[in-house]
Amino acid sequence: MEHSEDRSQHSPSSEDPETSIEHDQLLPELVAHLRDSRTELRQEWANRITEASLLSSMTPQEVFSEATTVYDNYVGVLETGSVEALQKYAQDLSERIIPRGVETHEVLGIVLFLRDVLARSLFEKYHKDFSLLNRILDAYEPAANRIANTVAVSFVQERERVIRQQQDAIRELSTPVLQVRERLLILPIIGVLDTQRAQQLTQQLLSAIRRHRAKVVVVDITGVADVDVAAATHLVQTVDASRLMGAGIIITGLSSEIAQTLVHIGVDLSKMNTVGDLQGGIEEAERLLGFAVRRVADGDRQPD
Amino acid sequence: MATVNQTEQAHQISVSILRQGAYLIASIHAALDDEELGRFQRDLIRQITKSRSRGVIIDVGALDVLDSFGSCTLRNLALMARLQGAVTVIVGIQPDVAFAMVHLGIHLEDVHTALGLEEGLARLDELTGAGGARSARGSA
Repeated sequence: MEHSEDRSQHSPSSEDPETSIEHDQLLPELVAHLRDSRTELRQEWANRITEASLLSSMTPQEVFSEATTVYDNYVGVLETGSVEALQKYAQDLSERIIPRGVETHEVLGIVLFLRDVLARSLFEKYHKDFSLLNRILDAYEPAANRIANTVAVSFVQERERVIRQQQDAIRELSTPVLQVRERLLILPIIGVLDTQRAQQLTQQLLSAIRRHRAKVVVVDITGVADVDVAAATHLVQTVDASRLMGAGIIITGLSSEIAQTLVHIGVDLSKMNTVGDLQGGIEEAERLLGFAVRRVADGDRQPD
Repeated sequence: MATVNQTEQAHQISVSILRQGAYLIASIHAALDDEELGRFQRDLIRQITKSRSRGVIIDVGALDVLDSFGSCTLRNLALMARLQGAVTVIVGIQPDVAFAMVHLGIHLEDVHTALGLEEGLARLDELTGAGGARSARGSA
């Protein structure tokens, strides 16, 4: 066994040349004990989980089968001191349970339960010999803390990965620049207009203006819930940048609340061309571009 | 003397001023330093007077950057040209350049802009009230 334990907070794999042989045998003894009482301890643990009504989104069978694997992994880490396998398992577990709505406090809670259940059983077994119990706990506690740490970090990392992925997806989806007529684009903005998104949106719009050789762009902000000073500034910048490229912008879908806010916070919108709704905006754009849209059924049908 | 000739040559390569009917088309092909910009400004104004142009197009499509001095020169050019009776349209500002300019607070508010040369010519027709064949093709 390469594992040794000093009284500091160091991980169990840190070597200490002065450790006695007895110390070296503490962890194997501990592991043997946990292996022997696997069935009861696992049951005890599962009971604690159910009592605290954690993992309510999973069936008892699932909880039990995951508990078995976690238990074995846990003991394995105590034995080998290597958290790599556990890390991999925790990541895999997180991947499976995050879509089912398992929360961070639940994951952390069950790992801490296992730690407590095992500590209790150690107390029970060694309570007659206080100094041995102390040494056993010295060996057990840092390893157990490290395991709890590993599982929690893996879970949170996985969650953050999922969140990042979803943010990317939203970002990709949320800024379509569409051509409705020759030289006329529409850009419907939905959601929050923060700095990062506004910059990305402006850049996409500018390259779309060049790609489609657009002359007029209708920016519809019906889907923007709230406009603050920053968002309004971004809108003005987008209008200015488009104008530098020779395209006019018509803003539509300003709700009455947003109109009041904008006037209240004193954003200068005098340079902006605004029309009430998207339909009006497109009509105005058509007028600027010289299109005349007519209903064919109105009688004066022409052979063009 | 040779140095002057050389710089003049370099200047001629990086800027060209062509006459097209009542309009002048000035293209900047490479980044200009401050001195070259000043010379470009003088040359163009002189050309406007000489050819009695009614419209000027400045094509900056080849520029990757347009700093405050460059923008200021362009703006002054437009104002001077207006005093000479010519309307100025700046064409070909790249998306990245436009983005950077707005972030630097350069808006060129009193200058007309257009996407490319063709759009610029159509815009000049609009602004100078010159009807005819060219404006008809603009929005077909």
